[in-house]
Amino acid sequence: MAKRIDVSGLTAYYGSHKAIEDISMTVEPRSVTAFIGPSGCGKSTFLRTLNRMHEVTPGGRVEGKVLLDDEDLYGAGIDPVSVRREVGMVFQRPNPFPTMSIFDNVAAGLRLNGNYKKSELSDVVEKSLKGANLWNEVKDRLNKPGSGLSGGQQQRLCIARAIAVEPKVLLMDEPCSALDPISTLAIEDLIGELKERFTIVIVTHNMQQAARVSDRTAFFNLAAVGQPGRLIEIDDTERIFSNPSVQATEDYISGRFG
Amino acid sequence: MSHAATIHDKRPSTLRGASLPKWSPWAIAVGSIVVGIGISLAAGLDSKIQWGLIAAILFVLGTYGIAARVEGRRQAKDRVATSFVWVAFVIAVVPLVSLIWTTIARGVKVLDVYFLTHSMGVVADTEPGGGIYHAIIGSLEQVGLATLIGAPIGVMTAIYLVEYGRGRLAKAVTFFVDVMTGIPSIVAGLFILSLMLMFEMQPFGFAGSLALAILMMPVVVRSTEEMLKLVPNELREASLALGVPKWRTILKVVLPTSIGGITTGIMLSVARIAGETAPVLLLVFGNPFINSNPFEGAQASLPLYIYQQFSNSAGSGAAYDRAWAASLTLIAFVMILNLVARGIARWKAPKTGR
Ligand SMILES: Nc1ncnc2c1ncn2[C@@H]1O[C@H](COP(=O)(O)OP(=O)(O)OP(=O)(O)O)[C@@H](O)[C@H]1O
Ligand SMILES: [Mg+2]
Repeated sequence: MAKRIDVSGLTAYYGSHKAIEDISMTVEPRSVTAFIGPSGCGKSTFLRTLNRMHEVTPGGRVEGKVLLDDEDLYGAGIDPVSVRREVGMVFQRPNPFPTMSIFDNVAAGLRLNGNYKKSELSDVVEKSLKGANLWNEVKDRLNKPGSGLSGGQQQRLCIARAIAVEPKVLLMDEPCSALDPISTLAIEDLIGELKERFTIVIVTHNMQQAARVSDRTAFFNLAAVGQPGRLIEIDDTERIFSNPSVQATEDYISGRFG
Repeated sequence: MSHAATIHDKRPSTLRGASLPKWSPWAIAVGSIVVGIGISLAAGLDSKIQWGLIAAILFVLGTYGIAARVEGRRQAKDRVATSFVWVAFVIAVVPLVSLIWTTIARGVKVLDVYFLTHSMGVVADTEPGGGIYHAIIGSLEQVGLATLIGAPIGVMTAIYLVEYGRGRLAKAVTFFVDVMTGIPSIVAGLFILSLMLMFEMQPFGFAGSLALAILMMPVVVRSTEEMLKLVPNELREASLALGVPKWRTILKVVLPTSIGGITTGIMLSVARIAGETAPVLLLVFGNPFINSNPFEGAQASLPLYIYQQFSNSAGSGAAYDRAWAASLTLIAFVMILNLVARGIARWKAPKTGR
C-alpha cells in the first residue's frame, strides 16, 4: 500500500528562477515526514515536485530523480495523471468543489477518473469520511454543498476527498494553517491514524506540530534572498529538536536568526 | 481646573458636525428643476433638453453651495460627487425610459394574437392587416442557428485561451478576437455575400446565420474568458491532484463552476445579434410569406421587417404601427432572454450556505 519515496539531486525552476537546488532524501513508507523552514525556502515547491504538480505552474521545470518504489516519476513515458492518483495532495487552503455536495466532493476523485462501481461509491464515501473524522458531523447532510462547512470541516473534507482514491502517499501543504487549535488537533490525530496506511509528508510552520506528528523532520533553508532553497538536514524528529547536527537548524528551531 | 473644563465644553465635538437633513437632495433637486424651468421660460428657450441641462447644472452647483455653507468643504465635495453620479444616472436612464415608453405606447396599437400568428402575405405595405409570424420564425431560426455555431466555437476558443493558450498562437488568437469585436455588422454581411456570389447562391436564412455567428463569436469569447479566469486556480489544482486528467478537470470542475456566467454571456450576445439588420438585409433579403426553411429561399426577420415597414410605408400609418409593434416584440424577446440569463446565472451559481 504505502510506498517509499527516494529523491536524488532534485532541482526545480519557475521559468529561469531556480527555486530549489540539489535536494536528496528518502521518505520511508508508513511514516510521517515534516518539512520545516523559513518562508520562501521552497518547501511547497519541493512538495509539489513529488506528485508532478510543479509542472502545472506555467514555466515550472524539474531536474533530478524522484523514485516511488524504484520507479522514476520523471522517467520517460510516465503519465503525470497516474502519478497524481498514487500521490495525493491536501492544500493549505481548503478547496472543496463549490458546485458539488459533500458526498460528490468525496466521490469526485473516483467519479472524475471514471473507474468505480456505483454500488461501491457510497461505501467509499462513508469510509473516507470516517477516515477523515468527519462522518459524524456530516452524515445527515451529505447532499448539502461542501462550501457550507466550517473551515476545519472543509479541510477534513479535502482530506477525505484525497484518501478516497486510495493514494500510496499523501502530501499535505500546511494543512492546519487556517484552522483553530481544536480542528488542528483533530487533523493531527487523523495524521497519526492515516500513517498506518499511507506515507505522509507534511509542510508546517508550527514546530510543536512537527514535533508532535512526525517521525522524521527535514529542515530547508536558503543561503540568501534570491538564492535557491536547499535541504539543510533530515533526521529523526527527536534528534532534530534535541540535538541537530547543523547549527542553522538549531538556530531556526530555537528562534535565533542571522 | 474649572477654567479648563469650560473651555473643553465650549469646543465643538470633533466627531459630530452640522449635517443637512436626509431629504435635502430631493429638496435641492425639486428647487433646481423649478428654478431651471423659470430661467428657461424667462430666456425663451423652448428645447426641453436645454431645460434639463440647466436644471442639472443648478442641482450640482446648488448642492455644493448649500453643503459647503452648512457642512463644510469636505462634505460638500462628497455631496457634489454623489450628485454628479445621480445626474449621470438620470441622463442615462431618461432616453432609455422614453424609448421603452414610446415603443410600448405605439406598439400596442396593432399587437395582438392575430398580428403574432399571421404573415404579411399579400397584404400591401400601405394597408392595415397582416402580421409578423414569418418574421418571428425567420428571426428564431437565424438567431438559433447562429447561436448553435457561434456559442460552441466561442466557448471552446475561450477555453483554449484560458486553459491551454501559451505563446504566439494564443496571442494571435486574442488579437484576432479583438479585431473581430470591432467588425461592423455590414462587413460581416459583405464577407458572407462575397462567398455566396462566388457559389452563385440566392439569399437564404442560413447565410444570415453565418454572418450573425461571426458577430457573436468574439462577444462569447470575451465574456467566457472573463468567467473562466474567475474560477480559482486552487480548484483546478485540487482536481488535478486527485489524478483527474486536465480535459476532465475543465469539463467537470471548471465549466460547472462558471456555467452561470458563461450562459449569461451567451444570452447577452444572442440579444445583440437578434437586433442586427444589415447582414440580414444583404443575405436573407426579406420575404412577406412564411418560409420556415432556413436553408432555402429568402426569409424575413424582425429587425429586417421593422426596417422594411418603415422604408416601404410611403407615409402610411398602418406600416408605422406594424413596425412599432414588431419593435416591441423584439424588445420583449431580448428582455425575456436577459431575464432567462439572470435566472440561469442565479440557479447555477455555486451554492453556499448549509
Ligand atoms: N508560481 C510561482 N512562480 C514563480 N515563482 C514562484 C512561484 N511559487 C513560488 N515561487 C518562488 O519559489 C520560491 C519558493 O517558494 P515556495 O512557495 O516553495 O516557498 P515555501 O517554502 O513554501 O514558503 P511558505 O512557507 O511561505 O509557504 C520562492 O522564492 C517563490 O518566490
Ligand atoms: Mg508554501
